[in-house]
Amino acid sequence: MTLTGAQILWEALVREGVTDVFGYPGGAILPAYDAMLGYPIRHILVRHEQGATHMADGYARASGKVGVAIATSGPGATNMVTGIATAMMDSSPIVCITGQVGSKLIGSDAFQETDITGITLPITKHNYLVTRADDVAPAVREAFAVARSGRPGPVLVDITKDAQQGTCENVDWDAAEPHLTETYDDALPGDGTAAEAIEFINQAERPLILAGHGVMLSGAEREIAALAERGHMPIAVTLLGIGGVAASHPLNLGMMGMHGEAWVNHAIQEADLLIALGMRFDDRVTGNLKTYAPTARKIHVDIDRAELNKNVRVDVAIAKDLRTALQEWIPAVAQRDRGAWLARIDAIKGDAAVRDIQNLPDNGHLYAAHVINDLWRLTSGNAVVVSDVGQHQMWEAQYYKHDRSRSLITSGGLGTMGFALPAAIGAKVARPDAEVWVVVGDGGFQMTMAELATIAQENLDVNIAIINNGYLGMVRQWQEFFYEKRYAATPLLNPNFAKLAEAFGIRAATVTKRSDVAGAVEAARCQNRAALIDFQVEQEDSVYPMVPAGADLHKMIRRPSPIVETAAD
Amino acid sequence: MVHTFAVYVENKPGVLNRVASLFRRRAFNIESLTVGHTETPGVSRMTVVVDTDEYGARRLEAHLYKLVPVRRVEDITTAPSISRDLALIKVAATGEARTQVMQLVDVYRARIVDVSPESLVIETTGTEDKIDSLLEVLRPYGVIEMVRTGRVAMARGNVPSRRAQMRVRSGSDGRGDVSDCSV
Ligand SMILES: Cc1ncc(C[n+]2csc(CCOP(=O)(O)OP(=O)(O)O)c2C)c(N)n1
Ligand SMILES: [Mg+2]
Repeated sequence: MTLTGAQILWEALVREGVTDVFGYPGGAILPAYDAMLGYPIRHILVRHEQGATHMADGYARASGKVGVAIATSGPGATNMVTGIATAMMDSSPIVCITGQVGSKLIGSDAFQETDITGITLPITKHNYLVTRADDVAPAVREAFAVARSGRPGPVLVDITKDAQQGTCENVDWDAAEPHLTETYDDALPGDGTAAEAIEFINQAERPLILAGHGVMLSGAEREIAALAERGHMPIAVTLLGIGGVAASHPLNLGMMGMHGEAWVNHAIQEADLLIALGMRFDDRVTGNLKTYAPTARKIHVDIDRAELNKNVRVDVAIAKDLRTALQEWIPAVAQRDRGAWLARIDAIKGDAAVRDIQNLPDNGHLYAAHVINDLWRLTSGNAVVVSDVGQHQMWEAQYYKHDRSRSLITSGGLGTMGFALPAAIGAKVARPDAEVWVVVGDGGFQMTMAELATIAQENLDVNIAIINNGYLGMVRQWQEFFYEKRYAATPLLNPNFAKLAEAFGIRAATVTKRSDVAGAVEAARCQNRAALIDFQVEQEDSVYPMVPAGADLHKMIRRPSPIVETAAD
Repeated sequence: MVHTFAVYVENKPGVLNRVASLFRRRAFNIESLTVGHTETPGVSRMTVVVDTDEYGARRLEAHLYKLVPVRRVEDITTAPSISRDLALIKVAATGEARTQVMQLVDVYRARIVDVSPESLVIETTGTEDKIDSLLEVLRPYGVIEMVRTGRVAMARGNVPSRRAQMRVRSGSDGRGDVSDCSV
């Protein structure tokens, strides 16, 4: 049978199990759009191609499947760059399809020609320039294999217009099978062994498991809990590791790092063994490397060998799929009582509770932390929350207790403002039965709010909580702490968000008092269509604790205590 | 420490750019990079020389493996190996000087490959040290122009690869941009 390159593209996508794509048409991708109508694909028309990439990313993170975004050449393709970089940093498997000018025109600065494979070279796992219909099937097939394999990530396939229009007689789908370089199942000389790791674990008096995004990416949620329980070892999670271990698990201490819990950071500094699993010692979790975990031996397991010994030198480095590694370890890990160490961590908690905003007297003011905490209770912790970047992101991480895997979706590595709203659309498309909440700042919301139109057009039940503090709050906080409160370019004059939402046909409410939070959230929940709530919160609140960038992990700025300052700081 | 890697890549468009871009992106300094065909059709071999510590070298190797067109990487820094650089040197040489230059060429077992009334072109192959030293002695006569290939290297004897046998993927038809070039 003769197929055009455009038909081969869709056929190849369908064969990969794709049912939904997020995109925006244009001249160079028009043949593909035309052919799309003949295939069982749901196309979600976005309002900006950045949105399409974040949606594909949110789709991938919510479901574990590969997300697909599609755009035209030139500006369509360049608009994807931020979303691709975001997916790269957070190991999210997406495939981006872009149209390209005809192959004869490449290099001529033709209308809407852009070297998108050149531009995205450092922010994709791999990319392809396809110039013949014959090459479409192998490129797409390999793209999916690359996106999924090893440490997942984004792949871009740029297809010239003539490759879409050209034909191919008999597409040999089997010949298009990808042959990728083997992953690192085979150990190299110098690699750590399971035996070494187990010996260190069994010897440790004060071990601490550091759990990252890799726990979910490798599907090791059960194994990590089993390891912790067997060895009676506490767990700390990274921002992207939230959900990989239930927040309610008694051994889960909570989040580490710049805005992590004080006791978690202190525990890291006092531990005699760190077991780092599927995390990458980002500077936001280590603080000053010279004083990081000074008394601890370190074990590091990551599927990406290039992450080993990068920021932190470790004693046992293992490049392996995490789940496979843990399954091997667990039976050999000694069952031990480490009550003394857990009691020590409890003691470190000390005055943390009184500094917690949850325990401040309720004076009617609306605090972001209250909003998040109420949202958690009202949704029974069962929602998929998609947070943006800034103070509200940290409060979400601190006060929404995620018990389920893949229930927090947020841009960690790149810290991309504007991520949340489109990513939530992707999450909702991937998991239509899930209750999806966007938690977004007034600043970040305005970066991609055009996607409200996508929500309306696709009739998606996405709930949006704007944490409106009238500032680019996280930057304002840095200005308050480190720039003598000179608020350069951080105050925001905002539109009326409720009216704005209504203009898109989305129900909206404005909340200024704590007593109105529950009513507004319940109203949003009980209708099966989108809703937006503008929570107007305390303007100059800050996120505590805070490890200033590059400072020692245990030297945190703490929320001023209403009672007494203690020596713990 | 200076590390030498042999990197086997599929000869496909853009592969040289991918490898060079990786070094730039990860802030490694390339001292030299050469590319050429191998005994396997469709596969090219790069010799990359980088100044980095042991951890950096391991990380670099891992990063190289993550590039899809990279088939195999060998760090041949410590393996017994042969490395060669080739240089063409154009030296001003007339009269008395010409005889002296020709004697030096003899001592260094280099060759004169072009003669003109004002100058000579000398071809020499060897380790970088040997070429550096030849250059030093020629400098006083006036080096007009010089070009070097950069290092190519090969392990001696039967050094077993730490990797499974290199596979050539379907679609490696040998069309590409890395036939013979160096950076
Ligand atoms: C695209 C982008 N631009 C700039 C920044 C820098 N930045 C980080 S947090 C922040 C402020 C976010 O403000 P808002 O969305 O209102 O959230 P808040 O911190 O007030 O909760 C800024 C500007 C960023 N992370 N991303
Ligand atoms: Mg704000």
